[in-house]
Amino acid sequence: MSAPTNTDTVERKGLSPRQRAQRSRWIQYAVLVLLVLLAAFTADWGQIVSVFFEPEFIRSAFQDGLLNALVKTIEYTAGAFVIGLVGGTVLALMRLSSVGPYRWIATAYIEFFRGLPAIVVFIAFSLLPLAFEGLTIPWDPYGVVWLALGIVASAYMAEVIRAGIQAVPKGQVEAARSLGMPAGLATRKIVLPQAFRIVLPPLTNDLILLVKDSSLVFIIGVSADGYELTGFGRDLANTYSNLTPLVTAGFCYLIITLPLGVLVRRLEAKAARAR
Amino acid sequence: MALVEIKNLHKSFGSNHVLRGIDFTVEQGEVVCVIGPSGSGKSTLLRCVNLLEQPQEGQVFVRGEDITDPDCHLDAARQQIGMVFQQFNLFPHLSALANCTVAQTTVLKRKPAEADRIARANLERVGLTEKVTAFPAQLSGGQQQRVAIARALSMDPALMLFDEPTSALDPELVGEVLTVMRKLALDGMTMLVVTHEMAFAREVADRVVFMDGGVIVEQGPPAEVIGNPSHERTRTFLRRVLDPTHVEPAS
Ligand SMILES: Nc1ncnc2c1ncn2[C@@H]1O[C@H](COP(=O)(O)OP(=O)(O)O)[C@@H](O)[C@H]1O
Ligand SMILES: [Mg+2]
Repeated sequence: MSAPTNTDTVERKGLSPRQRAQRSRWIQYAVLVLLVLLAAFTADWGQIVSVFFEPEFIRSAFQDGLLNALVKTIEYTAGAFVIGLVGGTVLALMRLSSVGPYRWIATAYIEFFRGLPAIVVFIAFSLLPLAFEGLTIPWDPYGVVWLALGIVASAYMAEVIRAGIQAVPKGQVEAARSLGMPAGLATRKIVLPQAFRIVLPPLTNDLILLVKDSSLVFIIGVSADGYELTGFGRDLANTYSNLTPLVTAGFCYLIITLPLGVLVRRLEAKAARAR
Repeated sequence: MALVEIKNLHKSFGSNHVLRGIDFTVEQGEVVCVIGPSGSGKSTLLRCVNLLEQPQEGQVFVRGEDITDPDCHLDAARQQIGMVFQQFNLFPHLSALANCTVAQTTVLKRKPAEADRIARANLERVGLTEKVTAFPAQLSGGQQQRVAIARALSMDPALMLFDEPTSALDPELVGEVLTVMRKLALDGMTMLVVTHEMAFAREVADRVVFMDGGVIVEQGPPAEVIGNPSHERTRTFLRRVLDPTHVEPAS
């Protein structure tokens, strides 16, 4: 349906634009109510509850170490975030370096790992011990998980941090240099603190993505007590042939990601006000 | 020996030949005001004095040291040259006090207590004793510019550069910054000031330099250059600055 033009409204004297909008809203509500009723009467609610929300299995999920898996998810994410932050900052500075090869290396790294599905990196890490016999990454299972997640995260975060550095006004560097600060010092003391303030909201978004990417850890093949939420939920759901443990684990992700989402919106609003 | 000596300075941005052979000196203790139409290269000249802009040709000597020499210790030279920008360029993530201490502790390696004492003394000098803990965003434009002056002074510079320090200010805030600068000049600070404040130039400057089209057209005591200019270009410029609404009978 095409939007009415001015001449249309002049010709059709029936409904005013306000009345037409009102009618359209009523139709939308009516359709919604209809669909809800349809779902309510056709679905087998008893079955749905027992497959997805069985209280018995929720309880046993807690007993079998749901909280341990939640802690693991947080630990994996936090470590990877730190690696991503440090690696991303180094990569961002390399991309802005006046030394050509640094720029090329950083660009290649960033484009490669941003273009690659994270799952490919994880499969690669799962195969590493086979390919290199006797290879051990320290702090098992943290080392390998942090490394795999951190490698991917640093590529994403590098681009965000680079944009932040470039958003710091040129006059800031000039002021710092005019005080006799060498370039490196000016970057550390003046540019980076401001850049991180600017990229706090998008970095928090990256953290949310990272929480979710940590679910790929099970592909590396960690032992049962190293399971994070997804691995844990999948394992238990398999055992019970019931989806409730997985759903429970899913809700645990929301416990982490929803507050972070609120935080992002707060930070964005604050940044908008400061502008 | 002159504090600053500039020899045959040329600077281009691409095909835009902005400075076309500048020769000029600033003596110890002198206050020099640079005036001239917008786009004549005043800022570029000032920024060449601490090498924020790299000239293509010519030399800049600061206390006899050629800072355009690629092997010059530029950061060391810049410590002696304070700069005050039109847009203040305060560090927004640092308090007024920290703005004044950050370079002292990191560049001059002063002890925090000493840096703190010097910073407070300079903030007092610009009349901002009450604002030491304030952040730039909490300060008016005039206050920010005064913090910027205190920040530069905290490095104990031998020379202060000012690039239109009052041009970004609301008219009622211009006076407080000019007062600070006047006091500084009375204290014997060597100053190179790009400004459109003719009353300030006339009263405070030892010498006024008129620039147009990337060259120095004339220079001399303010009474001569502003009061009785010998070049037509200077006269035209001053007429426009001093009486902007005046309509020439011929036009
Ligand atoms: N960073 C720059 N890049 C390109 N052109 C510039 C740059 N800085 C100044 N210019 C040009 O140089 C000329 C002189 O500028 P400027 O020194 O700022 O003049 P003034 O301060 O006298 O108004 C102008 O034409 C301006 O466009
Ligand atoms: Mg200018």
